[in-house]
Amino acid sequence: MDFETIIGLEVHAQMLTDTKIFCGCSTKFGAAPNSHTCPVCLGMPGVLPVLNKKVVEYAMKMALATNCVINKSCEFARKNYFYPDLPKGYQISQYAYPLAEHGYVLLETNGEQRKIGITRIHMEEDAGKLLHDEHNPVSYVDLNRTGVPLIEIVSEPDMRSPEEAADYLKRLHEILVYLEICDGNMEEGSFRCDANVSIRPRGQKEYGTRTELKNMNSFRNVQRALEYEIKRQQYLVENGETVVQETRLWDDAQGVTSSMRSKEEAHDYRYFPDPDLVPIMIDDAWVKKINEELPELPPAKRERFIKDYQIPAYDVGVLTADKALALYYEEVVKLCNKPKVASNWLMGDVMRFLNEDKRSIRECPIKPESLADMIKLIEEGAISGKMAKEVVEDMYKTGKSPQEIIKEKGLVQITDEGELVKAITSIIEANQAQVVEYRGGKEKVFGFFVGQVMKATKGKANPQLVNELLKKMLAG
Amino acid sequence: MELNQLTIHELQEKIKNNSVTATQITESVFSRIDAVEERVHSYIRLMKEDALAAAAKADVDIKKGNIKPLTGIPIALKDIVCTKGITTTCGSRILHNFVPPYNSTVVEKLRSAGAIFIGKANMDEFAMGSSTETSYFGPTRNPWDLERIPGGSSGGSAAAVAADECIASIGSDTGGSIRQPAALCGIVGMKPTYGRVSRFGLIAFASSLDQIGPFTKDVEDCAIMMNIIAGYDPKESTSVNAEVPDYRQFIGRDIKSWKIGIPKEYFIEGVDPEVNAAIKKAIRVIEQSGGQCVEISLPHTQYCVATYYIIAPAEASSNLARYDGVKYGFRAADVRELLEMYKITRMQGFGSEVKRRIMIGTYALSAGYYDAYYKKASQVRALIKHDFDEAFKPCDVILTPTTPTPAFKIGEKTDDPLQMYLSDVFTISTNLAGIPGISVPCGFTSRGLPIGVQFLAGHFEEGKLIQIASAYEKNAKIEKRRPTL
Repeated sequence: MDFETIIGLEVHAQMLTDTKIFCGCSTKFGAAPNSHTCPVCLGMPGVLPVLNKKVVEYAMKMALATNCVINKSCEFARKNYFYPDLPKGYQISQYAYPLAEHGYVLLETNGEQRKIGITRIHMEEDAGKLLHDEHNPVSYVDLNRTGVPLIEIVSEPDMRSPEEAADYLKRLHEILVYLEICDGNMEEGSFRCDANVSIRPRGQKEYGTRTELKNMNSFRNVQRALEYEIKRQQYLVENGETVVQETRLWDDAQGVTSSMRSKEEAHDYRYFPDPDLVPIMIDDAWVKKINEELPELPPAKRERFIKDYQIPAYDVGVLTADKALALYYEEVVKLCNKPKVASNWLMGDVMRFLNEDKRSIRECPIKPESLADMIKLIEEGAISGKMAKEVVEDMYKTGKSPQEIIKEKGLVQITDEGELVKAITSIIEANQAQVVEYRGGKEKVFGFFVGQVMKATKGKANPQLVNELLKKMLAG
Repeated sequence: MELNQLTIHELQEKIKNNSVTATQITESVFSRIDAVEERVHSYIRLMKEDALAAAAKADVDIKKGNIKPLTGIPIALKDIVCTKGITTTCGSRILHNFVPPYNSTVVEKLRSAGAIFIGKANMDEFAMGSSTETSYFGPTRNPWDLERIPGGSSGGSAAAVAADECIASIGSDTGGSIRQPAALCGIVGMKPTYGRVSRFGLIAFASSLDQIGPFTKDVEDCAIMMNIIAGYDPKESTSVNAEVPDYRQFIGRDIKSWKIGIPKEYFIEGVDPEVNAAIKKAIRVIEQSGGQCVEISLPHTQYCVATYYIIAPAEASSNLARYDGVKYGFRAADVRELLEMYKITRMQGFGSEVKRRIMIGTYALSAGYYDAYYKKASQVRALIKHDFDEAFKPCDVILTPTTPTPAFKIGEKTDDPLQMYLSDVFTISTNLAGIPGISVPCGFTSRGLPIGVQFLAGHFEEGKLIQIASAYEKNAKIEKRRPTL
């Protein structure tokens, strides 16, 4: 049977505010357990929440960047359930009236654009964490994360393959990081994803029964989990069994999903408007202000790079994947005006060094001015491309300018014709047999002479000039 | 007269002219407590040592001439407001050992004004009740008749003032929990406008209805207390940033040409004839004072109790979810796993009235029932609010009985929740509408039980309430009696 896959994703992204959503505690990751807490986020009797306005503005940025309509009025609701990591016994979230709705992002696969709808974006608070003792039947509660602001981005069931789901996720991730509202760290849980997936025979209109997948902490795992789950559902349907509506957990080590709870066991969250918080009114002026603060987003940047720099789409993709990298690239190009050469150096040597050291472009020891200078030196013929390979490595290691390194290492290229003619003359004299061979038509020998000149000049000779002179002089 | 029998303004005079010390006042309150507390049981916890230390400090301030509005005045706090370092139980076993790490805003304000805290007053568990009988720590008795209830849920705060076990006290009012016990104990009690007094540190029962207010021996003291506790609090999102007038300026002003609405729906069968007669008399006093009383209609009055008993339990079911035995308070012993801990902790930690309301509220919010109950109740609530908005267009103030009957006997209604709920029938609408209300003594029954008259005003019109209550108090000349204990 030919099946069609239907996927919808729910993404939770932690907002990069300094303080929590309803109190003044720090949001920093990795502190000693329960050190970033106060009576409010601990859910003490009698405490009340006060909304951090910055969370609303960050969420508005994401809403605008994903083409959503921001509601003029929205409200917080309580999602009620019992769990030790939830000190109030309810999570403050949004339900009937979310911040924003009806958005979309565009995906491009093989030159074809696909629109993935965004149902809604809402704000909520994160829960804490449980730490289970490995040796004793005891669990500990760390409430540092309680009250850290989140936005939930719910997609329409618009994705048709695990690859497309991964593409969509990468796109959301890219936007969040570009907006500088989320650090995007999946391992630390700053960017989390649940997936709803179902299958149906191709051509059928109604959706099949869906399952919800949880616990996937990387793009790769989302894709793997979906692939597994689709196969599992196909197997069930092909063998006359039915898919049960349930929540399933992805097991990374085993590479399988397993049932966590069925529909019957699903919580009734008893949502109702939180009486401790007032509705949030968002007027046009506020939306306008946030809109003006938005940075250039990846699609616009890509378009501009292709137009302004005339570099291949592949290069544009790599360079704009990281906002800081794109910025770095633009600075280099501005100074040297060699877009393709700059792209080659950045994507080649510089990125290789960074990847080897697991560093980001922000931590790159080579300043954009230095890389631009180096490119200019090559263009001017002051150093050869081969020499530049050595220079750029030293620049990375020491953070020094190319001029400094060239000076220190005596790497100045010989462009003095007279000096080279002298060297070539003595080489021709010492290798008469090869000269005869060359003049007899064996052009391969030419490379031998180039090598000899380079050896004699310790690689400092300008290769172009060497070629020219050799050709002239060997011709006799 | 003993010092503990005086009002705040009377004591302030004496403090200012150096005829008494804060220590003398505090000692006089504690000697009264020693004499009657065993029979009345106004308090869950007394803070004698702290109070005497605070009084000694106040006396140093007084000597220096540093006298603040409540310097040296002994105040009782309902055990629902959090006091840093002092056990705050909310009348429940589940919080019997809870020591707050912070002070509620109202406590901070009172302390800054010089108040001396005497103790934490008894209350219905989580403020759920109208008689102070649901307290885990046993009932409080009405000082006027120890066989009877003092009203509730702030019964301890009301009884403490009526029995002169403090000078004034703090209560909270979700459906009448200040005004009803004030009426039944023969004192003044005010529920301010929702958003007027900070709820920060008030242990939540029903967040959209709860409001803190004072119990006092007369209307002027009520104005003094309101001057201290009212005002915007950035720690509370529903707190309103509106100017707070000096409420004392409304004392002694006349109410000539005021229009007073008498809602016909509040004069119904089932109201005790003696209460009815006292209210009729109060209306005459108001008219003799220059007020013009007109019959008005609040057409959705009959739905108030039903609406309240959906909204309040719904919010309570969520507010009380945090009492799970994980972080603080009572935790059941000998439990092995999580669900069992939750179940047994809450089964043993909560009393039956609290459990009843959690169940009602949980049901009302459940999938498939939300629209029929919670949503419908919210819509009716809007209509009730609209009734008042309309009524206050022509009227300055509305006058009603505070309660349908005087204090009933202990145990009389504990087996009949619906009868208990109906004792708040005249006070509940105020909370649903968010408007302020005050109960003022208006006489006694033939058995010598106090009766209260209630005045209601529009949002943030507490000044009008002080004005009419003070005019009424002056002109009604209600005989000054003290409970014989």
